[in-house]
Amino acid sequence: MARIIVVTSGKGGVGKTTTSAAIAMGLAKKGHKTAVIDFDVGLRNLDLIMGCERRVVYDFVNVINGEASLRQALIKDKRCNQLFILPASQTRDKDALTQEGVGKVLDDLSKEFKYIVCDSPAGIEKGANLAMYFADDAFVVTNPEVSSVRDSDRMLGILASKSRRAEKGEEAIKEYLLLSRYSPKRVKLGEMLSVEDVQDILSLHLLGVIPESKSVLNASNSGTPVILDEESSAGQAYVDVVARYLGEDVPHRFIDEEKKGLFGKLFGRK
Amino acid sequence: MSTDTEVPCYKKSALEFKSSSFSAPVLVIHTTELKQIKHQLKEKLAQAPEFFKNSPLVLDLKCCNENGKSLDLEALIKFLHAENLLPIGISEASEEQQSIAIKFHIPIHTVRGAHPDTNKLNSNNIPDNKTGKINTQAINTLENKLISQPVRSGQRIYAKGDLTILSHVSAGAEIMAEGNIHVYGALRGKALAGVQGDTQSRIFCSVLQAELVSIAGHYKTSEDLDKLDLHQATQIYLQDQALIINNL
Repeated sequence: MARIIVVTSGKGGVGKTTTSAAIAMGLAKKGHKTAVIDFDVGLRNLDLIMGCERRVVYDFVNVINGEASLRQALIKDKRCNQLFILPASQTRDKDALTQEGVGKVLDDLSKEFKYIVCDSPAGIEKGANLAMYFADDAFVVTNPEVSSVRDSDRMLGILASKSRRAEKGEEAIKEYLLLSRYSPKRVKLGEMLSVEDVQDILSLHLLGVIPESKSVLNASNSGTPVILDEESSAGQAYVDVVARYLGEDVPHRFIDEEKKGLFGKLFGRK
Repeated sequence: MSTDTEVPCYKKSALEFKSSSFSAPVLVIHTTELKQIKHQLKEKLAQAPEFFKNSPLVLDLKCCNENGKSLDLEALIKFLHAENLLPIGISEASEEQQSIAIKFHIPIHTVRGAHPDTNKLNSNNIPDNKTGKINTQAINTLENKLISQPVRSGQRIYAKGDLTILSHVSAGAEIMAEGNIHVYGALRGKALAGVQGDTQSRIFCSVLQAELVSIAGHYKTSEDLDKLDLHQATQIYLQDQALIINNL
């Protein structure tokens, strides 16, 4: 049986798709057969971030409607043979998704894959609800600002009450916090909530802090999941996140401002 | 707000909004057969005609909507009016039924928290012929609730007895209890104790940052609470119609 992971947040623009692409690639690179599904029907983006937009023939809605088989719709990643992408439909809306349809697709995928990453759309409507309904684990992506934290809190409430696990009275969905676009410098200046501030409200298991980084935008533009950019701090942070999720004990990085080197100290460079 | 003697009264106001709870008989409809409903209702009413005269009534349509058929709500409401009953609310109604209810100026109620055992409630609501009062004794058995997870924004929790929260209550969450409320984390949402009118109930919390606190309908909002600057364990209770907030 596969482990189903939902990447969710409530609020839009916090980095759900970036995170979905990165962790799916990270899990696949560790040798686990992974599928990543775009639930954002009508506003399809995952294929762009994954760099496979020109290879989309069939999509998630086609599979649900029985117009294509899973095998036809799944796109194999060119960089990692353990990773498959199931894109969303751009011409339909969220109503094209049904609970039975989504359940069937996830069941079929479960037979073959080790991890299934569900990239949730923003909001708490149908698309987001279906993305999280079947989940075993939830990655809650939050930016260090009040509205994002409040929306994540709301989403956590929904995860606890409206999922399949909650309805069946099974063990609750495991919730993890991913704090993205974090800038220790701005936290110090009081412009941004700190990890402690966020944890004070959410009190979740912190899976990682993803620092604000130019490489994220560059990676998105070029269709390469940022986790493949080993030079960038964000890429390294996602590598840590995947390792921690898989149970490795990796110390947290990027929470405090980088210490200046001896050279910087001597000359007081900024 | 006149609920507090500690805050000076700036202006004498002609009115005020208060949050309060009342109990009303709930009429649970089990069937869509109007004839059957009319017949049985008449029988019931005949048992205690004085009690039911002009009695307020909340209609619960959950059971009758479950089997897919639709009830002629308009006819039912007209019948109730003819029998001198005053429907003041409707719950578990379908969209179509909701629009009919609105047409008759009947508010729509959403069920809060757990759905009570409607059958039990119904049989308990049969009036005691001697006193003419509703026998609610059997319903008020203490049902305390313990929550060990954080209460998230948008969640509502209702306890028929005391409510104990071991974690925090987020902004945008609502916790309600007919008895006391204990929060062993930060209280940032709304907390309403004694919602059935128990003025002896209290609210206890480790950190008070609530949006609203209320005891038996007497409330304060965060605007009033901010002035107090409380960052330690706090209790809130009612004394002479005024909410008293002090450190523990």
